[in-house]
Amino acid sequence: MSLSIEQVERLAHLARIEISPAEAELSRDQLNGIFVLIEQLQAVDTRNIEPMAHAVDAVQRLREDVVTETDRREAFQAVAPEVESGLYLVPRVVE
Amino acid sequence: MINGSLKTLSEALAKKKISSAELSTLFLDRMARANPALNAFISIDREKTLAQARQADLRIAAGQAAPLEGIPLAHKDIFCTEGWLTTCGSRMLANFVSPYDAHVVSRMKAAGLVTLGKTNMDEFAMGSSNETSFFGPVKNPWDTSRVPGGSSGGAAAAVAARLAPAATGTDTGGSIRQPAALCGLTGLKPTYGVVSRYGMIAFASSLDQGGPMAKSAEDCALLLSAMSGFDARDSTSLDRPPEDYCRELEKPLAGLKIGLPKEFFGEGMAADVRSAVEEALAEYRRAGAVTVEVSLPNSGLSVPAYYVIAPAEASSNLSRFDGVRYGYRAPEYTDLADMYCKSRGQGFGAEVKRRILIGAYVLSHGYYDAYYLQAQKIRRLIANDFALAFRHCDIIMGPTTPSVAFAVGAKSNNPVEMYLSDIYTIAVNLAGLPGMSIPCGFGEGKMPVGLQLIGNYFEEARMLNVAHRYQLATDWHMRMPEETI
Amino acid sequence: MQWEVVIGLETHAQLQTKSKIFSGASTAFGAEPNAQASAVDIALPGVLPVLNRAAVECAIRLGLAVGGRVAPRSIFARKNYFYPDLPKGYQISQYETPVVAGGSLSIIVGQGQERYEKTVQLTRAHLEEDAGKSLHEDFHGKSGIDLNRAGTPLLEIVTEPDMRSAVEAVAYAKALHALVQWIGICDGNMQEGSFRCDANVSVRHKGSEKLGTRREIKNLNSFRFMQQAIDYEVKWQIATLEDGGRIEQATVLFDPDTGETRSMRSKEDAQDYRYFPDPDLLPLEIGQDWIAKVKADMPELPAEMKLRFETAFGLSAYDAAALTATLATARYYENSVAAAGEENAKLCANWMMGELAARLNREDRDIRDAPLSPAQLGHLVLRIADNTISSKIAKEVFDALWNGEAKDADAVIAAKGLKQISDSGALEALIDEVLAANPKSVEEFRAGKEKAFNALVGQLMKATQGRANPQQVNELLRKKLL
Repeated sequence: MSLSIEQVERLAHLARIEISPAEAELSRDQLNGIFVLIEQLQAVDTRNIEPMAHAVDAVQRLREDVVTETDRREAFQAVAPEVESGLYLVPRVVE
Repeated sequence: MINGSLKTLSEALAKKKISSAELSTLFLDRMARANPALNAFISIDREKTLAQARQADLRIAAGQAAPLEGIPLAHKDIFCTEGWLTTCGSRMLANFVSPYDAHVVSRMKAAGLVTLGKTNMDEFAMGSSNETSFFGPVKNPWDTSRVPGGSSGGAAAAVAARLAPAATGTDTGGSIRQPAALCGLTGLKPTYGVVSRYGMIAFASSLDQGGPMAKSAEDCALLLSAMSGFDARDSTSLDRPPEDYCRELEKPLAGLKIGLPKEFFGEGMAADVRSAVEEALAEYRRAGAVTVEVSLPNSGLSVPAYYVIAPAEASSNLSRFDGVRYGYRAPEYTDLADMYCKSRGQGFGAEVKRRILIGAYVLSHGYYDAYYLQAQKIRRLIANDFALAFRHCDIIMGPTTPSVAFAVGAKSNNPVEMYLSDIYTIAVNLAGLPGMSIPCGFGEGKMPVGLQLIGNYFEEARMLNVAHRYQLATDWHMRMPEETI
Repeated sequence: MQWEVVIGLETHAQLQTKSKIFSGASTAFGAEPNAQASAVDIALPGVLPVLNRAAVECAIRLGLAVGGRVAPRSIFARKNYFYPDLPKGYQISQYETPVVAGGSLSIIVGQGQERYEKTVQLTRAHLEEDAGKSLHEDFHGKSGIDLNRAGTPLLEIVTEPDMRSAVEAVAYAKALHALVQWIGICDGNMQEGSFRCDANVSVRHKGSEKLGTRREIKNLNSFRFMQQAIDYEVKWQIATLEDGGRIEQATVLFDPDTGETRSMRSKEDAQDYRYFPDPDLLPLEIGQDWIAKVKADMPELPAEMKLRFETAFGLSAYDAAALTATLATARYYENSVAAAGEENAKLCANWMMGELAARLNREDRDIRDAPLSPAQLGHLVLRIADNTISSKIAKEVFDALWNGEAKDADAVIAAKGLKQISDSGALEALIDEVLAANPKSVEEFRAGKEKAFNALVGQLMKATQGRANPQQVNELLRKKLL
């Protein structure tokens, strides 16, 4: 399996990362190198093997329904790129 | 003092032979002199550190000292530290002053430790050489033409150069153990779930685990006792009684069964590493331990499985960096989509972007089963291998890395070769087991070699005991690089 | 050509928890922008989610209420996409293993003779987090993001494509809306967005097995809009196909101003959400003991209550269904029966479905805002049943109570002197007077004109301002005229 430039560009768009054509070219070559490594997995017979999503075999702990958080808007928005009237500003959202 | 154990420092502080402010100043001065060459720290804030040290001195004076009161500690810049710049080695967060403390940071504060600064690291912990940091590469204090390892390279270099008595690190695929090995330190990655991930900027959530990096197993035991423990804010934090990891340190090794995975002693290991590791094993046998061969047949698949799972999780974890609420926003853009693409395109470095793309690919429609699900199944096989091996031994040993520290730039253009430098450490993260690296000699270019110890789940205390007994018999861990300062 | 409409609904019900699904921030509506957006909600670097027990309990309640299967183990997954109101760049949802699978909901469609019952099968219900809001007021050409809503727990309830008309879809949505409030998991406030529906609409030739291409109408936040949107969409799809066009799978929005639907995004830029199990959250396990505990705490469900009304009170299926349409109606009915006595349950039902329903309808009021309490209505019914007043007079008493003129029926009756005259002696004397004053009518009646009898009754009622017991008047008058 190997990626085309178009696939690299599609992935970059999916991940919202701007890449130049030169970067796309380099990425493709490097990604394809990595995929050679990853391809080794295909040869393994994993029938009846349960996928392992977590490092430990435990179940979800539940939080009691209590309000514990206070308003920290000022502290949080001190590091925001652009705010006005307590709102985060972004280029116009078009639906 | 600069080579003193935490116990020594703690005693000196308690007996008021030195104040925390003086001790901190000693290290801050060393940092000021050495950091331009080593680039081990991203943030140094003398005033903030000294203010905290003076508070510690007041508590010592008042007889209210916490166990490690007044000892300076460097934090990897992946841990959110309130009021400190927390960059994760990235341009994306180059301006991010954290509004809160990570669980590990607040635990360390509660134990009395003084924040000495924030250490350099591979960007978002993605790297094995500390060359991917936006803030420039870190140099290995044993030979500044070489890498310190990564991703906790700044922490390793700082402790190795005695710019800090100890440091925190994180380990997703070897990021504590590998730099500890390459810099001649003792570093420990706990069982997954022992140290809270809250406030530790996520790389690959199911693999990430924080841990201590220090000069000795004893120091690591003290630090782990302080930083571990249940945290209700992390769903994967395990609700277990608190542990004193020093409790078994002195236990004799007679009868200890050491498993040697035949796959770790194959062709990939450099001769100098092999001879140091063999010599360490001989030392263990002299102490009464026995070695048995075990097998981890699927360990060869750990690197490919890891390079599916870790990028997949990372690609999603790093989506929050979008230039909306914090972090880097591109100066110019045409619309919303363009703002996202430019902010992320400019804010992330090449390795991070590469892994995000791999992650997006293996999770995308039509490929999920073949890559992501398959990798998770192989993860299970790898974990099963360890379970089987531990039926025949108490602890597993082998090399931490295939070779000693390589030259800066040697692998930076070849991702696959770089990835393979974590070949012995990655399986431990996939299985969620605890692992350590301890210094066991020197190899090519008089560079340190690390011995890896892998324990069964929650066997940190035993693992630390095994490491400590070795360090009582040897002095590799006390060696320091010639003063470059 | 005969067309068949196929509709499936996806409903997002905001769950009535105090705190968010994965953080300890408040879910209260109407706070200052971002004042209820915690570190977890704004996705600061390093923060992690922890699941709210109460949200899970809401899901269990729904599962039990619809007869679905509550999964002993379910998994949270990440749905990855970029949007400014989605701080993490992914939504935590459930994908392959939802918390509830299957179940069904019985609905009554239409009115009068056209009325029929139908069962809508549910596919699943899963837990997920709500997104924030983008405000489009003018911020110098920019949008403002408020993340207070981000992380509010949602239960997404998905049906099979079982509905065949807009009317059926609305009937289902109303039944679900009533149910989620009934079991106390959602406040049902559609204006505030607590209950929002997406409708998947397609059409196909009648008799065809294959589903047509569907378009999804997003965010229908009123039943009226749902009806209008689906009606428009169906017409549009049929017209498009009959003109030889093709339907492209798409997501559309309904514009209440134009009454039309318009496409938001087409399939070409269909998202690839890259779902995968959230590594920050472990499998959710729900044991039988927990389910049993929730079950024990559940209120009587509408279906059960309907059956009880039919068997215990002898109500018709229609009346029983109407009186269990919402919890508020059912509670009102039960409380009025408590005041009137169970033997008068049927009469209570008649009054609720008749006078009360008409008045509420005329004044466009919800039963929860009725000025007449269930105890007042029950008491009124009791006075009809024990012959203190006639049904006719009862309407006058009802009006007085509605207008708040007195605290109960007895007080109205006393104040207005409405008590029925049932004393035979008094009635006979009155009858004698009426007969004496109306010889013509008496004559006509004796000549065989039944109408004349009614005229005499009328005269008598007039003389008593309607207070005479009509049955007694009948009997006594006939006796006198013999």
